[in-house]
Amino acid sequence: MAVRNVAMREAIRRALREEMLRDESVFVMGEEVAHWQGTHRVTRGFLEEFGERRVRDTPISEMAIGGVAVGAAMAGLRPVAEFMTINFAFLALDAIVNHAAKVRYFFDGMFKVPLVYRAASGWGNQATASHSHAPEPIFAHFPGLYVGCPSNARDAYGMLKTAIRDDNPVLFSESIALYPKPGPLPDENDQDDLLVPIGKGDIKREGADVTLVAYSRGVDWALQAARALARDGVEAEVVDLRWLRPLDMGLVYDSFKKTNRCVIVEESLPMYSFGSEIAALLQENMFDYMDAPIKRVAAEDVPLPYSKEIELLALPNAQKVVDAVKEIV
Amino acid sequence: MPSPTKDMLLDWYRQMVLIREFEETCHQLYLQKRITGVYLHLYSGHEASGVGSMAALRKSDHVITAYRDHGIALILGMDANAVMAEMMGKKTGSSGGKGGSMHLASAAHNFWGGYAIVGGHLPLAAGIALEARYRGKDAVTMTYVGDGATNNGYFHESLNMSAIWDLPVIWIIENNGYGMGTEVARASGQTELHRKAEAYGIKSFGRVDAQDALAVYKVASQAVAYARDNGPAVIEHVTYRYRGHGVSDKQYDSRDDMSAELRQWMDEREPIKILRDHILGAHGDVGAALTAHDEAARQIVAQAVEFAEASDLPRSRDELLGNTYVRSPRVYKTAASIGAGID
Ligand SMILES: Cc1ncc(C[n+]2csc(CCOP(=O)(O)OP(=O)(O)O)c2C)c(N)n1
Ligand SMILES: [Mg+2]
Repeated sequence: MAVRNVAMREAIRRALREEMLRDESVFVMGEEVAHWQGTHRVTRGFLEEFGERRVRDTPISEMAIGGVAVGAAMAGLRPVAEFMTINFAFLALDAIVNHAAKVRYFFDGMFKVPLVYRAASGWGNQATASHSHAPEPIFAHFPGLYVGCPSNARDAYGMLKTAIRDDNPVLFSESIALYPKPGPLPDENDQDDLLVPIGKGDIKREGADVTLVAYSRGVDWALQAARALARDGVEAEVVDLRWLRPLDMGLVYDSFKKTNRCVIVEESLPMYSFGSEIAALLQENMFDYMDAPIKRVAAEDVPLPYSKEIELLALPNAQKVVDAVKEIV
Repeated sequence: MPSPTKDMLLDWYRQMVLIREFEETCHQLYLQKRITGVYLHLYSGHEASGVGSMAALRKSDHVITAYRDHGIALILGMDANAVMAEMMGKKTGSSGGKGGSMHLASAAHNFWGGYAIVGGHLPLAAGIALEARYRGKDAVTMTYVGDGATNNGYFHESLNMSAIWDLPVIWIIENNGYGMGTEVARASGQTELHRKAEAYGIKSFGRVDAQDALAVYKVASQAVAYARDNGPAVIEHVTYRYRGHGVSDKQYDSRDDMSAELRQWMDEREPIKILRDHILGAHGDVGAALTAHDEAARQIVAQAVEFAEASDLPRSRDELLGNTYVRSPRVYKTAASIGAGID
């Protein structure tokens, strides 16, 4: 089977399209998903192929996007609701947190909510403070919701398919910076063997000296850092957790037992973060294996500015990962 | 309402050509990558909407809007240099480079800013008006909101609250036909958008041809007078965006129907031409004054570009972190405290 490089956006588009072909209860709704062909072009061509019944432009009504998806899912459809960017999911936070994540629980299993919220995430490009968040950990805070954050085309393809087929609500966060990034994907449609189980992490690079734990865009920074460190004789293992909930801590623990050192890399803010969580779990469960303090690389603790140089100053990058590793190896 | 004097009309013309020159220059600068980023929403085509309505305000009144805010800033008299420097993220920008195109503001002009989350500024508007009511001031809050934003929960909650508390807000719905790529009729069950406000018991001043600054001024004057004495008012401005939604909008390149529509608006409903024709019709001797304003606009904007490009970018960590919080003696900090912002 031919394998070709495709952009992550194209892999997501393909996964979504195939799931719509496979199951007619899957439909897409969101701002500009139909006529405009998707703000990020993920739903390009969908309106033409599937029609207005299944590809639904919504008004700028995030609260309703969040909640309508819950009702439709409870009633038996499989909505894939898009937030144009994850920043706007804040307007729907109540529907997501209090209803998508909880109706099954508070009615003791009477209903299921098989929906996916897709959202374009991340910062950079001077989008300014209110449009510059990578807030996945906020969503991962709440039990009842799964959170997926792919770092490459192939994972995005397999993770989104799994998310759509699963009977639980999933928040699927797509890094805007990674949309154009090419990655290998088999040509053939409907590659079930590419499905990524919910909560399964992946080792993206092996190494015995330090464990770099990351997800989404952080994986790129970790891999770049690992290549730079290798030139100095330090071999980093890169763990891509892929899902923030559930967390594949077994993978992290196995790696840590080997390396005894860890740097956690994330695009989001440092306080009450992914890094805090992983570090806490490591010290609770791996204390005997710990040879150095756990380090965290995250964004600066500040709202993001417009001006480009100070914006870059605030963002994590590979060099910051290298520097953190050098403090502990 | 006093009918606008010749001087007023000339001043509106001055504002409108300044906005147009500023916006078209921004567009060019963006294409040349001298303005960077992903968001730049221009007010070209909307000039009469802002100019005509804000002419009805007093200096003590308040103004707030969304991200399509350059024109509003210039009408209020914000320094074009500082506005252009903000576009380029410079230290000398009106928000020190932190806000950019979507976040212009000027406390000195009672301009409470441009906001980037659709509808997010609407409850703020109601809150600003609440202060006036609370303290018995007679200031009104002129609030600009897009057609698309009227479908957002923020709009409905804010309008309703302004109605029950008799808040002196003039809700100006700038209906330019689209929210990004979505026509009004595909997004709103009620396409006469001012009637949504009416449903909450807000006094409606109806729909206005907002390419005609005089028509805008006339209705705005009535609405402002009403709001000052009574409570919220709504006006629907029918207008058009000449440069699409923003710099990311490629519709006008790829769709003939849209470029034809745009051309028709420009040919038939061009706000600067409409005002110019009116002034020339009513006052024969103003040709030279109009030309002087055209020339002045070019000079002001050219000077603003020069100023902005000569200014420095913020680069330091202190500049990055500054103003996350008010510096407060009440914050307890030890050497190990984190999350307090910079000192
Ligand atoms: C809550 C929220 N949802 C979506 C967006 C993305 N967005 C920015 S502007 C816009 C269209 C708004 O249209 P309208 O209110 O008509 O104002 P116009 O741009 O036409 O002036 C959208 C969808 C946003 N910024 N905030
Ligand atoms: Mg609009």
